[in-house]
Amino acid sequence: MKKEEIPQDKSALENMTRELCYAKNADGKYTTGLSTGWEVKKDALDNAWDDIKERIEDARKAVKNGEKSPIHYFMELRLMDMMILKGYTGFWGFSIKRHLKPAVFAKLGDEKLKLYAKAFEVSLEELKNFKG
Amino acid sequence: MEKEFKHIQAAHCENGAVTSLLRYHGLDFITEPLAFGMGSGLFYLHIPKITINNGPAVFYRTMPGMIFSNSSKALGVTVNRTKFSNEQKAKEFLDQKVKEGVPVGCQVGVFNLPYFPPEYRFHFNAHNLIVYGKENGNYLISDPVMETVTTLSEEDMIKVRFAKGPLAPRGHVYFPENVHPVSDEVIKNAIVKGIKRSTFIMLRLPGGIVGVAGIKYTAKQIRKWRDKLGPRKAGLYLGQIVRMQEEIGTGGGGFRFLYAAFLEQANAYIKNDMLLSASEDFTKAGDLWRESAVQMGRIYKGRINNEQKDFEVCADLLMQISDIEKQAFTKLSKIKF
Repeated sequence: MKKEEIPQDKSALENMTRELCYAKNADGKYTTGLSTGWEVKKDALDNAWDDIKERIEDARKAVKNGEKSPIHYFMELRLMDMMILKGYTGFWGFSIKRHLKPAVFAKLGDEKLKLYAKAFEVSLEELKNFKG
Repeated sequence: MEKEFKHIQAAHCENGAVTSLLRYHGLDFITEPLAFGMGSGLFYLHIPKITINNGPAVFYRTMPGMIFSNSSKALGVTVNRTKFSNEQKAKEFLDQKVKEGVPVGCQVGVFNLPYFPPEYRFHFNAHNLIVYGKENGNYLISDPVMETVTTLSEEDMIKVRFAKGPLAPRGHVYFPENVHPVSDEVIKNAIVKGIKRSTFIMLRLPGGIVGVAGIKYTAKQIRKWRDKLGPRKAGLYLGQIVRMQEEIGTGGGGFRFLYAAFLEQANAYIKNDMLLSASEDFTKAGDLWRESAVQMGRIYKGRINNEQKDFEVCADLLMQISDIEKQAFTKLSKIKF
């Protein structure tokens, strides 16, 4: 890549920073330059977010239809998978899987729910009362 | 120590942490490409059959901390590393270092990093930043991927240092110790060591999923994705590859240009035309990595209107990249240092 080819596209990095890139100067030697963003990367990131939004919406519907507990929704909302939620709550994977069932969730005590609420950074009430 | 800490922007956070910390301790010769090369940062691994973030498990980086450990060790620098189980103790330790005036590196998660744009905040736990002071209760932060310095509140600092999930930082703090001036001879040896280690990783590790063989493995998989997963999901998979490959200057193209720059700088210490020739190869490989990203972009942007032949173009590019990198490392392996 030549220095003048460093992409200067609009991206989410706007107003935060520019990225440092290594590229060749006119003499064919490596130098650095700054990039405001690259369309190809922006599209990949946008696509990933479209996918995430779809997953959140699906999760919302699943809660609304009584198929999944609110934990499922907040997991998607906070971009968490099982490994991450295990880390934040300290629960075992199989416990979390059980808590995803609405019937099991309804019987969970506040102590356990508080751990989830803390992990998702929502209040206990928000978690309990989320209906989808 | 009344030295002033100087913020240095880097393409990759760990390279940047190594470069600015070692420079602070007087090793003025160190540059990001040298740190990257001595630390053998170039890597490729495609783990079959598992998915990460609903996409293929392709890794462009070595384990976090490896670049720092490898490059420091080769330069005779000790790295003091501490992790914590207790948040309060982690905070006290950091505050103590700040009080002593010692800039330290911190491993953090980016999900709660307030100065990152929301679009970039995933649960990625191996980001690196440097704490070089404290003012009005806020930590002074030099984040190597940022153009300028920034700050973090105490509360945010604890959050990012104790992010959970894979590669959880557990408050990880590190800083170089016993840094002595190094001779050109030591620098040369560190360069050679770095090149040899990378050659081994990229050419010789068995299994067919690491290094140049791994790149070919990915190419073969890409040819199958469309039939196996359907056009839409196959497109999302390519999007995931591009994100892993090019995110904030790392992975595919960015790492090749860094490596090419490393070999160019290495030539200043060890005169050898093969280094420059291999550097040219990596420049070419970097350009092709970028071209592959552009091609993948064409596919996932269209989402549905993608055809098998478009995937074949991506796969062919990766095959070509693999050949060029193999040729480059073979050249490097033949140099009699």
